[in-house]
Amino acid sequence: MASLLKQAFQNAKSENRPALLTYTVAGDNNKKKSLEILKSISNYADICELGFPHNTPIADGGQIQTSAYRAIKNGIKINDIFSIVKNFKKSKKTKPIILMGYYNMIFQYNENKFITKCKESKVDGLIVVDLPYPENKIFASKCKKNKINYIQLVSPTTSKLRLKKIIKDSHDMIYYISMLSTTGGKLKVSPKKILKEYTKIKNQNKSKNVVIGFGITEKTIKSLKKADGLVVGSAICKEITNSIKKRQNAVINVSNLVKRLKNKIK
Amino acid sequence: MKLKRGIPLIDQHDQHGFWGGKFGGSFIPETLKKPVEDLTNEFKKLRKDKKFLKKRDFYFKNYIGTPTSFIKLDNLTNYLGGAQIWAKVVSEANGGAHKIYGATVHCLIAKSLGKKYIVGDTGAGYAGKMLSMAAKKFGLKCKIFMGAKDIKRQRPNVIAMKKNGAEIVPVYSGSQTLVDAVSECMRYWVSNCDNTHMCVGSTVGPNIFVKICGWSTAQISKELKVQLKSKFKKIPNKIKLINCVGGGSSAYGFWSEFIDYDKKQIELIGVEAGGPKKSKLHAAPLSKNAKIGILHGAASYLCQNNEGQINDTESISAGLDYPGVSPIHCFLKDTKRARYTYATDEEALDAHVMVTKYENLNPSLEPSHAFAEAIKIAPKLSKDTIIIVNSCGDAKKDRDILKERLG
Repeated sequence: MASLLKQAFQNAKSENRPALLTYTVAGDNNKKKSLEILKSISNYADICELGFPHNTPIADGGQIQTSAYRAIKNGIKINDIFSIVKNFKKSKKTKPIILMGYYNMIFQYNENKFITKCKESKVDGLIVVDLPYPENKIFASKCKKNKINYIQLVSPTTSKLRLKKIIKDSHDMIYYISMLSTTGGKLKVSPKKILKEYTKIKNQNKSKNVVIGFGITEKTIKSLKKADGLVVGSAICKEITNSIKKRQNAVINVSNLVKRLKNKIK
Repeated sequence: MKLKRGIPLIDQHDQHGFWGGKFGGSFIPETLKKPVEDLTNEFKKLRKDKKFLKKRDFYFKNYIGTPTSFIKLDNLTNYLGGAQIWAKVVSEANGGAHKIYGATVHCLIAKSLGKKYIVGDTGAGYAGKMLSMAAKKFGLKCKIFMGAKDIKRQRPNVIAMKKNGAEIVPVYSGSQTLVDAVSECMRYWVSNCDNTHMCVGSTVGPNIFVKICGWSTAQISKELKVQLKSKFKKIPNKIKLINCVGGGSSAYGFWSEFIDYDKKQIELIGVEAGGPKKSKLHAAPLSKNAKIGILHGAASYLCQNNEGQINDTESISAGLDYPGVSPIHCFLKDTKRARYTYATDEEALDAHVMVTKYENLNPSLEPSHAFAEAIKIAPKLSKDTIIIVNSCGDAKKDRDILKERLG
């Protein structure tokens, strides 16, 4: 049977639109709230990425850093993250969840134990920001054996030869970083150029689902709707921050944002 | 895990960039793979390029002002009794610390790569000051990332950086010290790696940065070897090389030529920042037996919690106030070639007071940690033992802290 991730892409395709992927930080702003947010936005999102927060992220911009620090300050632990996923999956059995974070946390938890826990709580995929190809080969194949998608990242600096190798070793999904930036940067490359690079990746192997992330907001999402999937992260984290500042309900505000995002790519 | 002889330590890593199979590596985001690969290839080429080496030597001699002097501290030796205490006064180098070696080499590499901008991190402000100096010298635009807490406590160096025309970017995230400055600098590089070169201020970070920094500071021990032979006619039989260790760039530079010697002849002692006596916080991952973890692109012993979050550190010395340490020092620790210990804030201050009282030398708070260890062990050692401390920084930058703590 196809993985939930693959199915999610197929569903979106059948509706003639890209899959919408959301990113929120586990435990932002606390354990209970982040589960509520996740459940609520999954009514509109096709795939939910859940970040495991790290206090020295080397590829995240301000918005996600703020969310991560907030979650850590409120006491989120790795085991809490797995319990969030487990709880989520109780009511949203077919909604794919991707965990995303930095390698040190997996390393300290122990790779094998981490994978077992992912399997138990029904995690569908993993993105590890600082474990690139080919260093991730062994870990990625361990994931695959346990039916967890290891999602390879590709960026504008990835060479042609490297791209070929990465795609060959990839699973169901590939994540294309739209530009040279940390997360949440302003889109400094034209959508046309991004889609051109995207097509180059797509042409290597049409069966792989390629999503585009970094710099995607309400303003920019429509211009990239040709992609298999689009990831919105910082804009969501920012909405949570603003809701807290204004003492408004973050669950409602974020859900409305994701609903608007979805409408833009329908 | 074993050290090889006749091969510089910076080259003793495996194909994945790990020393001893587990320290170092390159844990970097995909975007940095290409610039890191480009830099790796460029460095590989340049270090064999006679023209480049000539250029390096020219600037080391005429710009940095090498060799720095090697002197006996007679008064301190007489006062303590026991071993002879000597100092390699690296703080004589242009700018006042060893960071000028790495900064100069990185600027030369940036020029060779055709990059117009250079960015760097700084803790004590020396790495930043030197990079801004060298950038100005070589016509590169320079940005320095520095923790907001460090900007406050190392003001003289901040002023110097500004004078050199560098833009200082204050970092307010996390503990607002070196660790956050390095993170922010790496994030900046991720976003601007097409036209910008990054200089890592110490022998930390992804494999190639450890190598470039170590290759640059190795100049210190090359000089010392010559100076030892000229002072003693041969390398003496009982030497102890004491150096402070934060990231570990000056210690590696001070030791690299002597690693192949038997440790009974030349003992290598690294002194980390033990932090305030009464605090649980410190910056001593090697001597306080921290677990291995990954920070800023490399695996090393690391001050962290069970979840893999990086711990806050605390030290009077901004230059040592870093939770990780160079993978090559982890390798030297595990192969037992070097011994690592720590000095507390108070011990470093006392050592600073004692050295400045007896000698015409003004070591900054970083090498004062090394002097603390020298002062501790010298009285117990024989008169034919030669203790050499790398006085790798000048205390001008510590003016405010010293005034506050000592009056």
